[in-house]
Amino acid sequence: MAEATWETPKMARGRGNRWSRVVIYGLLAFFALVYLLPLVVMLLTSLKPLPEIYAGNMIALPQEWTIEPWRKAWEEVCVGLACHGIKGYFWNSIKMAFFGVTISTAVGALNGYVLTKWRFRGDSLLFGLILFGCFIPFQIVLIPMATILGKLGLASSTTGLVLVHVTYGIAFTTLFFRNYYAVFPDELVKAAMMDGARFWAIFFRILLPSSGPIIAVSMIWQFTNIWNDFLFGASFSTGESAPMTVALNNVVNTSTAEREYNVHMAAAIIAALPTLMVYVFGGRYFVRGLMAGSVKG
Amino acid sequence: METEARRQTRPVLWLQRNLPKIVLSPTIAITIVFVYGFIVWTTLLSFTRSKTIPNFDWVGFSQYARVWAHPRWEVAMHNLWIFGLLYIGLCMAIGLILAILLDQRIRQEGSLRAIYLYPMALSFIVTGTAWKWMLNPGLGIEKLMRGWGFADFKFDWIINEDMAIYCVVIAGVWQASGFVMAMFLAGLRGIDDDIVKAASIDGASLPRIYLRIILPMLRPIFLSAVVILAHLAIKSYDLVLALTGGGPGYATELPSTFMYVHTFLRNELAMGSASAVMMLLTVAAIMVPYLYSEMRSSRRPAH
Repeated sequence: MAEATWETPKMARGRGNRWSRVVIYGLLAFFALVYLLPLVVMLLTSLKPLPEIYAGNMIALPQEWTIEPWRKAWEEVCVGLACHGIKGYFWNSIKMAFFGVTISTAVGALNGYVLTKWRFRGDSLLFGLILFGCFIPFQIVLIPMATILGKLGLASSTTGLVLVHVTYGIAFTTLFFRNYYAVFPDELVKAAMMDGARFWAIFFRILLPSSGPIIAVSMIWQFTNIWNDFLFGASFSTGESAPMTVALNNVVNTSTAEREYNVHMAAAIIAALPTLMVYVFGGRYFVRGLMAGSVKG
Repeated sequence: METEARRQTRPVLWLQRNLPKIVLSPTIAITIVFVYGFIVWTTLLSFTRSKTIPNFDWVGFSQYARVWAHPRWEVAMHNLWIFGLLYIGLCMAIGLILAILLDQRIRQEGSLRAIYLYPMALSFIVTGTAWKWMLNPGLGIEKLMRGWGFADFKFDWIINEDMAIYCVVIAGVWQASGFVMAMFLAGLRGIDDDIVKAASIDGASLPRIYLRIILPMLRPIFLSAVVILAHLAIKSYDLVLALTGGGPGYATELPSTFMYVHTFLRNELAMGSASAVMMLLTVAAIMVPYLYSEMRSSRRPAH
């Protein structure tokens, strides 16, 4: 199954009597509540003053609504020893994700193009070699990577993290584009060749204009993975250069005298917002990426 | 004149002919160095005496012996079994149930799907932070239930050494079960309606149709889902770290946290490498046969 075909309910299933309908809707609603609960609790907690958190329960509406925790999370909260909020780390992640996503998608598109339209002896083997990179547990590369980044002078820098994310993202983006271009009609490419178009012209004028959906899939997949990454961020960055996830973990697990849970929750929601937005606005492509990146391993 | 012209165009021609390979070559180089080269590098380190700084004093398999004799590794392997089995089992069960329920011509199906799947878009660190708060006995679910009148209600798994790993299971299942739902739903939508119609005309009841006809047809999806979840379970690191920090004590240690602690905090590079190699071998033992069979089955109709 190459594509998620769940968009089209067409079956004659689901007649049943009224009681079974009630049970079905009841179960679905119950699960929906369970899935929503953590997000709702985070949001409510982030909008309450601290004393109210200790006094009330976690799903009570705030008696006194406040956005102070959000301001504090953004500008003031301590990440390790530095107390100027999470905003710097948020921008680190934005920068890291922007370059990581753009570069890995561009490289993946070219790789997919070569592997499907300019085939040569041994290309399947090379693709298999690249594909294996999708599945390695990244623990196996941490130590050499730390050494190399140190030698290149890129330890604890956003540039270093971009390099790492591009390196280990290419396998996925190549997979996406290869599968997409594999079903792109060869006749169109051959016709363009007859007209004298060469390598780059064919790519930019013939394939790229119809690559919109797969570019969306690749960018959303890469953005979600890079933004949400913790292992690389924790291993290859320190202090001010850390990405958002690492900063959030530091905020939450810093043992200070008083734990400001409302600020923690505000920080967590801020960290989740970019990928949630992408999910809300590009959900269809998100699902296609999940399916392509996993089912068609 | 002629020879000069040929000399000029030859490199250009060569470039043109080999342009596709040239475009692909950076990726190949990166893969060879940063994937395969690094695997070899880490594997070599695991056979040395390296502590803080890599060295190449050969010690054979003794680092592996040290890892296996380590009490924290024993806990990590035990936890990986508990976590892996429950995580896979529960995600599969909940994902399948939700998919079947959603496949009954449900109003608002789109919104429900979006709700079940959104946790998949969150970082494990965010998921861990949220659940850590909900599972906190003094402030979360326990307090809520007591406030509602269940004065003896107790739900302190997260600070209980024997139960903390189940908290990781809860948060993990919350995050990934929607994804399994999506896979099964796509599979259900791919099944030909006529088969189901024919069976129901023959008088088979709906549960029977599901058990005997539909579920067997979803077998490839069962396999894919189990493989992906197993792969995720072995790699799990962020979630444990954010939720329990590996604690209380080292009660929720997993191979991934063991690797990180020994490599970066305890200056046992070689032991860290040995544990990483074992993680890779475990993943490979699952993925290689799966990928091999996938590739064979996808190639067959084409040729």
